[in-house]
Amino acid sequence: MVMGPEPPAAAGSTLVADELPVESEVRAIEGRSLGRIAWNRLKRDRIAMAGGIIVIVLILVAIFAPVLVKLVAHPPNDFHDDLLDPNLGGLPKGRFGGISGSYLFGVQPVTGRDMFSQIVYGARVSLTVAFLAALVAVLIGSVLGVAAGYFGGWVDAAISRVMDLLLAFPQLLFAIALVSVLPQSLWGFGGTFLRMAVLVVVIGFFGWPYIGRIVRGQALSLREREFVEASRSLGARGGYILFRELLPNLVAPILVYTTLIIPTNILNEAALSFLGAGVKSPTPSWGRLMSDAVNYYQPDPTYMIVPGVAIFVTVMAFNLFGDGLRDALDPRAH
Amino acid sequence: MFRYIIRRLIAGVITLLVVTLVTFGIFFMVPKLTGTDPALLYTGKQTDKVAIEGARKKMGLDKPVIEQYGLFVKGLVVGRDYDDGPDKTHCPAPCFGYSFKNQFNVWQRMLSDLPVTASLAVGAAVIWLILGVGAGIISALRKGRAIDRAVMTGALAGVSLPIYFTGLLSASIFVYTLNWLPSPGYSPFLQNPLTWAQGLILPWITLAFLFAATYARLTRATMLETLSEDYIRTARAKGLRERTVIGKHALRSTLTPITTVFGLDLGALLGGAVLTETVFNLNGLGKDAVLAISTSDLPVILGVTMFAAFFIVLANLIVDVLYGVIDPRVRLA
Repeated sequence: MVMGPEPPAAAGSTLVADELPVESEVRAIEGRSLGRIAWNRLKRDRIAMAGGIIVIVLILVAIFAPVLVKLVAHPPNDFHDDLLDPNLGGLPKGRFGGISGSYLFGVQPVTGRDMFSQIVYGARVSLTVAFLAALVAVLIGSVLGVAAGYFGGWVDAAISRVMDLLLAFPQLLFAIALVSVLPQSLWGFGGTFLRMAVLVVVIGFFGWPYIGRIVRGQALSLREREFVEASRSLGARGGYILFRELLPNLVAPILVYTTLIIPTNILNEAALSFLGAGVKSPTPSWGRLMSDAVNYYQPDPTYMIVPGVAIFVTVMAFNLFGDGLRDALDPRAH
Repeated sequence: MFRYIIRRLIAGVITLLVVTLVTFGIFFMVPKLTGTDPALLYTGKQTDKVAIEGARKKMGLDKPVIEQYGLFVKGLVVGRDYDDGPDKTHCPAPCFGYSFKNQFNVWQRMLSDLPVTASLAVGAAVIWLILGVGAGIISALRKGRAIDRAVMTGALAGVSLPIYFTGLLSASIFVYTLNWLPSPGYSPFLQNPLTWAQGLILPWITLAFLFAATYARLTRATMLETLSEDYIRTARAKGLRERTVIGKHALRSTLTPITTVFGLDLGALLGGAVLTETVFNLNGLGKDAVLAISTSDLPVILGVTMFAAFFIVLANLIVDVLYGVIDPRVRLA
C-alpha cells in the first residue's frame, strides 16, 4: 500500500521533471534546425550561393567605393580630355570605348570620365535606393497586409481597395510626373539627398501592395489555424496574437519577397533615372549613364554595354539568391 | 451574371474617379505645398506678372482645388471652355485638358498617338503570349531536364534585363552591324502593312522578350501546381491520353491566372510603353508623357496619366467579367 501511491507520484514527478527540459530542448533544437535545414538546402544550391556571393561583393564594392577607386581607378568627376579623340567628336581613343589597364571599363565620351568609378559610385545610389525602398514597402506591406488578413471585415475591405487602387495606377508615369513637379530643394534638403529620398518613397510606396497581398493571404489562412484559436481562448488580445503568433510565421514569406523586391527596385530606380527622374548629375547613376549612352551607342557601344551589364549582373544576382532562398524556405513551392 | 457585371462596372467607375482625384490632387497640391506656382508650370518661363495672372484665370487656377476638379470632370463628360471673352478656347468632350504651352488639345494628341502605342502593345502581346506560355508549358512538362533549366535560366535573365539595354543592344546588332532590319520606327498599318511590321519588329521582340520571361515563369509554376492536383491523376487513371490530360484538363486551369495577368499587362501597356517608346523613338503615348514631363507641360502629364489609368481599369473590368465566365464562383463573392 505504501508502494501504491508512491510509484505514480514518482512517475508523475519524473515525468514532469523530464518533460520540461525535454520540451524546451526539443523546441530549441527545432527552432534552430528549421533555420538550419533551410541553410543546408541553400548551401547545396550552388547557383543561389553564387548569386548571394555576388550580392555581398556588390554591397562591399558600394561601401568601399572611395577606397576601390583610389586603388585602381580615377576620381569619378575627373575629366580626361587626353583620352578622347577630337576628330571623332569626343569619342574615346582606342577600341572598346578606351578600355585599358588603368581604365578598366573605358572612359565616358565627351567628358573622359573613368567609367569604372562611375559604375562603382553608381552602385551606391542604386543599392541604397533599392534597399531603403524595399524597407518602406516591406514595413507598410506587412503591417497593413497582416492587419487586413487578421481583422477582416471593413479593415480588410478598406486596405484591399487601397491596394487595388495603387495597382491600377500607371506607376512609372506617375512616378516621373511626381518627380517633375517637385522643386530642386525642399525643407532645406536639396540635390542628391532629396532626389534619393523621393525615389525611395515613390518606389517603396508603389511596391508595398505586392507584399501586402501576399502577407494578407497568408494571414488569412493562419488566422484559422489551431494555435491562434488556442492563444485566443487563453485570453490573448489582438496585438499579442498579431505580433507574437502571426508575425513569426510570416517571417519566411516576408524575407523571400524582400529579396525578390530588391531587384525590381533596382530596375525601377534605373528606369526612373533613365527617364531623367533620378539623381542629378554629377552624382553617378547607372540609369542616367544608359540614357546618355543612347546618343552614342552606334559609334561607341561599350559605353552602353558597361552600365547595362552592371544593372543586369546586379539584378540577376539578387534574383538568383531570392529564388534559391524561396526554394530553401518553402520546398513545397517548387 | 448581369448583376455581377453591373457591380464590377460601378467599382471600375469609382476606381477611375479616385485615380483622377488623386492624380489631380497631387499635381495641384504638390506644387502648392512646395511653393511652386502651378500657373508658372503652365505658361513656362514667362516672367510677365500679367501673363501669369492671365493664365491663372484662364485655366481656373484661382478657384479652389475641388472646384477645379469638378471643372475637370465636367470637361471629361461634356467638354469645357477655357474662358475669358475674346480668346476663349473651347475643348470638346472628352476634354482631357489643353496644352497652353504647346498649343494643342490633349485628347486629340493622345488619339493620334494611340495607334503607335496600340500597334506596339498588341504586336508584342501576341509574341510574348505564344513564346512565354509555350516555353512555360514545355518547361513544366520536362521539369528538371536540360530544356527546363535552359528555359528557366533564360527566363531569369529575361526578367533581370532592363528593356532599354536589350533594345539598344539588339538595335546595334541587328540594325547597325548585321543590317538585317531597317531602323525601328512607326508607319501607319493602312499605308503599308509591310513597312509597318518591319519598323516595329525589333520593338516587338524586345518588349515581348521581357514579358515572355515573366509568363514562362508564371506558366511553369501554375502548370506544376495543376499537374499535382487529384483530378489530373484521375484523368490519367481513366486512361486518357497524355495529350488530352495536358491539353484539356491541365491547360485550362493553368490559363486562368494567366488571363488575369495578361489583361492587366496589356491594359498597362496601352496607356504607354514608356521605356520602349523612348528607346526606339516611337511617338506613342509614353513618349508624349516623357516629353511633357521634360517640358513641365502639366495638362499633358495629367491627361496621359489618366488615360493610362483608364486602360488599366478597363482591363481590370474585362478580366473580372471574363473571370466570372470562366469561374462561376467569383460571381457570388
